[in-house]
Amino acid sequence: MLLRKLWHKAVNAMLTFPEDSTSPHRYVVLKRNIILIMCLVCIIPLALMAGINYSLYRVNLESEILRPIQVMAEDTRHAFEIFIEERLSTVRFIAHAYTQEELRDDKTLQRVLGTMRSEFVGFVDLGLIDREGILVGYAGPYDLLGKDYSGQPSFQEVSVRGVYISDVFMGYRKFPHVVIVVQRIAEDGSSWFVRATLDTGRYEALIASMGLRAEFDAFLVNPSGVLQTNSRFYGEILQDSPFPVPPGIHGTYTFQTRDPMGRDVLVAFAPIRTDYTLVIVKPLSVLLRSFYALKVEMLIIFGVGVVAIILAVVGVADVLVQRIRNADEKRATAIQELQHTQKLSSIGRLAAGVAHEINNPLAIINEKAGLMKDLVGLSEPFEHQGRFVGLTENILQSVERCRTITHRLLGFARRIDVQFERLDLNGVLQDTLGFLEREATYRQIDMQLHLDSTLPPIISDKGQLQQVFLNILTNAFSAVENGGRILIHTRFDVRKKLVMIDMEDNGCGMNEEVQKHIFDPFFSTKKGSGTGLGLSITYGIIKKLGGDIQVRSEEGRGSTFTILLPLKEGDDPGMGEEKV
Amino acid sequence: MKRKLKILLVDDEEEFIVTLAERLELRGYQSTIAEDGESALAKFDPDFFDVVVLDLMMPGIGGLDVLARLKEIRQDTPVILLTGHGSTREGMEGMRLGAFDYLMKPLHIEELVRKIDEAVPQDSSQAGREECG
Repeated sequence: MLLRKLWHKAVNAMLTFPEDSTSPHRYVVLKRNIILIMCLVCIIPLALMAGINYSLYRVNLESEILRPIQVMAEDTRHAFEIFIEERLSTVRFIAHAYTQEELRDDKTLQRVLGTMRSEFVGFVDLGLIDREGILVGYAGPYDLLGKDYSGQPSFQEVSVRGVYISDVFMGYRKFPHVVIVVQRIAEDGSSWFVRATLDTGRYEALIASMGLRAEFDAFLVNPSGVLQTNSRFYGEILQDSPFPVPPGIHGTYTFQTRDPMGRDVLVAFAPIRTDYTLVIVKPLSVLLRSFYALKVEMLIIFGVGVVAIILAVVGVADVLVQRIRNADEKRATAIQELQHTQKLSSIGRLAAGVAHEINNPLAIINEKAGLMKDLVGLSEPFEHQGRFVGLTENILQSVERCRTITHRLLGFARRIDVQFERLDLNGVLQDTLGFLEREATYRQIDMQLHLDSTLPPIISDKGQLQQVFLNILTNAFSAVENGGRILIHTRFDVRKKLVMIDMEDNGCGMNEEVQKHIFDPFFSTKKGSGTGLGLSITYGIIKKLGGDIQVRSEEGRGSTFTILLPLKEGDDPGMGEEKV
Repeated sequence: MKRKLKILLVDDEEEFIVTLAERLELRGYQSTIAEDGESALAKFDPDFFDVVVLDLMMPGIGGLDVLARLKEIRQDTPVILLTGHGSTREGMEGMRLGAFDYLMKPLHIEELVRKIDEAVPQDSSQAGREECG
């Protein structure tokens, strides 16, 4: 409940804008807010989902990448251990199976080496070293008999531990090899050593059997970080490894680093029981290639989605706001028209009421004055008789004037008879201008008539139209100076079936404020001399005839009134009676 | 000798109707005044009056009702209506109900006189009546 309230409040706050402001800015604000809200609502969840997917996938993928490396490292380490263990066992077996004397015998040594080489690949040679460290028996491709090993660390170590496996080294033969030395202590207390060399080509073969991809690398290092096998990328055998072995690791250990070539790599260390460490290097770029591809796809989808959302939102907001704007404008126009109609209607009612109230006393004055006139006319001649006749005549004339006004006012509220007939509008105009010719000549006003001879006849009321034309032309006459110009055009709009009459003057024109009120009853710019009814009556008549009137005016430049009349009659005359 | 036409004038404005009656008298008509619908109906003698001049706007029984009642009493007595509305609607309505014609107030006396003369059926016994106007 509270949440809904809050949400409502927030949306309202973003979507409301000052109602009273009429500037187009409000629509810009509204549009911006709609776009903002919709984009946020759509894009935030999308972005969140994309982000979550991304990180989850990344985490999964990393474990997916790590696991095979660890498995491979384990397997290979195991293979190495077995390989070395086997060789060591073999040498140990020989040391225990044969006596020193037997091994001193060249033939026996040769035969043993032959058997070893046939059963276990990798053995290069076999030798017997006596207690003092002198090589006393040898079988193999080199001539090493009589060499003294007593000074070498291998000799020291084997004397203590009974077994020694060397690092890879070149030795006398300039070829990488490994030495395995086993001490044998006989029952009689005498001791000797059996020494065998292994070709490290076997190491390479073991690594090759891992079937690594071209971008990957694997090699052995000794505890001081020296390569024990060739590396694809990081140097030859006996060179230093760029990846120092982390101290104190047990089991396979993986970490991410950057290699000397600048690639981001994943490095796995698998310590082998013989102090070696198997190192597997995989460049991350290769491992993550599919991930990168996916990332790019995700980015593209996300981007396209966001763009689509924004386009859709902007489009929808555009249409929406435009609709709102149109609706607002329509409403404003409707309200304005309604207000105008209501104003006319109420003023019309008032005028009718006043006129009606005045009409009765006016009738009485009319009769009284009439009677006076009758009596004066009938009586014997008396002093001032002529004056009396004149005075009553004046009263009757004034009453007649008032009668005209009240009837016009009443007619403003309820139009007097409308008689529709077929009319030649050009003819009606010419007739009407006849009334004004005298004044035009007198004031030297240039009246120009441009009548469209193709004008079709219209069904309308001649008397009303004449009143309309007279009203507008009277205004035009009072607007222009002496010697001014009044143009009258007639036109026909075939498509809309409208006849148009333009009445243009080059008089004083009107400002916007005046233009707004010219059709209001009793609104007059002719101070004191006008009733302010002319144009409002004109408006009423034209509306009743089913037409329309438009005004364009510029202060100091003149005004143009355009009357639009339908070819056929407008409102039902009976209905019109009820209207203003 | 011409016969004096007898007119029943019905209007609630006393000053108006009295003065109008006097003016008609001066023009050779005999007029009787009624100030509302009821008294008009009471005073109406179909055989006596030639013309009824009837105001439409009256308190009590309105002009149109009076007209209808008069027509019930005697169909062929001409009735001239007076309207103060500036509108022709009531006048037209009255014409539909059988009034002879209607006039708008304030009146032109000459017009009223002409209508009265027109309204009275012309027969041989009344020949030459026109000269009296």
